[in-house]
Amino acid sequence: MVGFASENEENKEDKDFDPKEMIMHHVKDAHGFHLWDWKGHAVSLPLPIILWTDNGLTTFMSSEFHHDDTGHHVVEKNGGKFVKLHEKIYQLNEDAHSVSFDAEHHPVNASTPIDISITRNVFMMWVSVIILLLIFITAARRYKKSEDNVPTGIAGFIEPLVVFVRDEIGKPMIGEHKYKKYMPYLLTIFFFIWINNIFGLIPILNGANLSGNIAFTFTLAMFTFIITTFSGNKNYWKHIFWMPGVPVPMKIFLAPIEVIGMFVKPISLMIRLFANITAGHIIVLALMSLIFVFKSIGVAPVSVAFSLFIGVIEIIVTAIQAYIFTVLSALYFGMATEEAHH
Amino acid sequence: MDLVTPGFGLIFWTALTFIFLLLILKKFAWKPILGAVSDREEGIKNALASAENARKEMENLQADNERILKEARAERETLLKEAREIKTKMIEDAKGEAQAQANKIVQQAQAAIEGEKKAAMAELKNHVASLSIEIAEKVVRGELSNKDKQLELVETMLGEKSLTEA
Amino acid sequence: MSLALLQEAAALDLGSIAAIGAGLAAIGAGVGIGKIGGSAMEAMARQPEMHGKIQSSALILAAFVEAVALFAVVVSFLK
Repeated sequence: MVGFASENEENKEDKDFDPKEMIMHHVKDAHGFHLWDWKGHAVSLPLPIILWTDNGLTTFMSSEFHHDDTGHHVVEKNGGKFVKLHEKIYQLNEDAHSVSFDAEHHPVNASTPIDISITRNVFMMWVSVIILLLIFITAARRYKKSEDNVPTGIAGFIEPLVVFVRDEIGKPMIGEHKYKKYMPYLLTIFFFIWINNIFGLIPILNGANLSGNIAFTFTLAMFTFIITTFSGNKNYWKHIFWMPGVPVPMKIFLAPIEVIGMFVKPISLMIRLFANITAGHIIVLALMSLIFVFKSIGVAPVSVAFSLFIGVIEIIVTAIQAYIFTVLSALYFGMATEEAHH
Repeated sequence: MDLVTPGFGLIFWTALTFIFLLLILKKFAWKPILGAVSDREEGIKNALASAENARKEMENLQADNERILKEARAERETLLKEAREIKTKMIEDAKGEAQAQANKIVQQAQAAIEGEKKAAMAELKNHVASLSIEIAEKVVRGELSNKDKQLELVETMLGEKSLTEA
Repeated sequence: MSLALLQEAAALDLGSIAAIGAGLAAIGAGVGIGKIGGSAMEAMARQPEMHGKIQSSALILAAFVEAVALFAVVVSFLK
């Protein structure tokens, strides 16, 4: 990561090193894996760009932009002209030939088509899915092979984790009788978040910061919200709209608060995971940037030591945030299915 | 701002991928793994329960054995006691009978002895009487053979008489 | 007065004001999480057999407090 940043500084325009830009570049999603620079040329793994425009589906490889991220290189495909600016794809208006910017450097003569490209986050998500499937289906096969259900091999490693999710998250949060229905969701979300948190920490993957991307956490929080809402029983809705056990004026006062709370719960889930992971990445990258901000190798030991320290904390955070997301999801399911006991 | 605006593309792919992952893992991983784990737990529970049952049965058996042993011991005790009682009673009885027999024999012997003694006494008396009569006959004969002696006798007897009266 | 403040704020980089806000929120959350952690430690020392339960509920409570600070961080991203 750092090597890439310094080469950028030396080889491209002779501008000052901007830590904010470098950090944002790493934290955000991108169309393609920038691996390293070689003799002034960027070596990268191109990824497909899929756009839904007025002319229908348009696909091409990200390499057609020739590493241009400033909106100067125009790609003509399927009757549309496309440019890439700050990892965002813009479609130029019919009559335009190049992008023009306003005072705040926003393009004025271009629109953003619906972009469902395989970005590096989507790519890493699929890699993580393949790894998860390999691990868990292999583990499940192990049980089928052994006659007496004894976990062997990878199953011996997986089983304590699965049992942990079941006994420490599912059972206590949802309840002994109803937890079974939610176990597949809880287990999937726990391992899916955890593995992507870990992937985000591996520098060679060039900061595929999936679980630090708000779209990812938004989607998972939406799943929790939808499941909570659809499994809400009479008691749950009664607690929201007509809180039992309080006087009538209080009931009227509490109802809007509870309705807001219904939406704040998934929003806080979304923001918690996103901000925790992103903040961790920003801190590590900021510490590394210090070397280039001070333009001194003397800062390096301090920077490296501190970012190593933060990195170790981040390893713990990967598991804790996956746990918290799963526990809170389970807690919300438990609240939605709780029977009246007044 | 860009950082906190969820992009549509990633939402789309995440939702799709997550649903796919959830369904596949549910069918091919979570069901077998959770099933195996709960089966094993069920098995362990059953094994423990059956072990507990076996232990209880064993306990019952042991208690039964104990009871039977106790009963046998008690029976032996009573048998011994009875035997001892019979023995002492028999001895006692025998002793009593022997005593009675002996007493009877002794009594019979005494009675016989007494009878013999009486008979002997009577014979002796008869003998003594006849002897005394004979002696007295002879003495009287001798004494009364002459006149003098008869007179003397009378004299003595008279003398004695007066002496007695005095 | 308020106009003058606003002008001054506009003169300042909006980002640094947001950063100050995030910092203030971090102080609040730090105190909150510190209190939770301290109490959890005390509780664990008093009842070591409840260790696991206390730890998980402390983590959950910390997550709730932390959410407030994270909202602030996100607001500081929002410029």
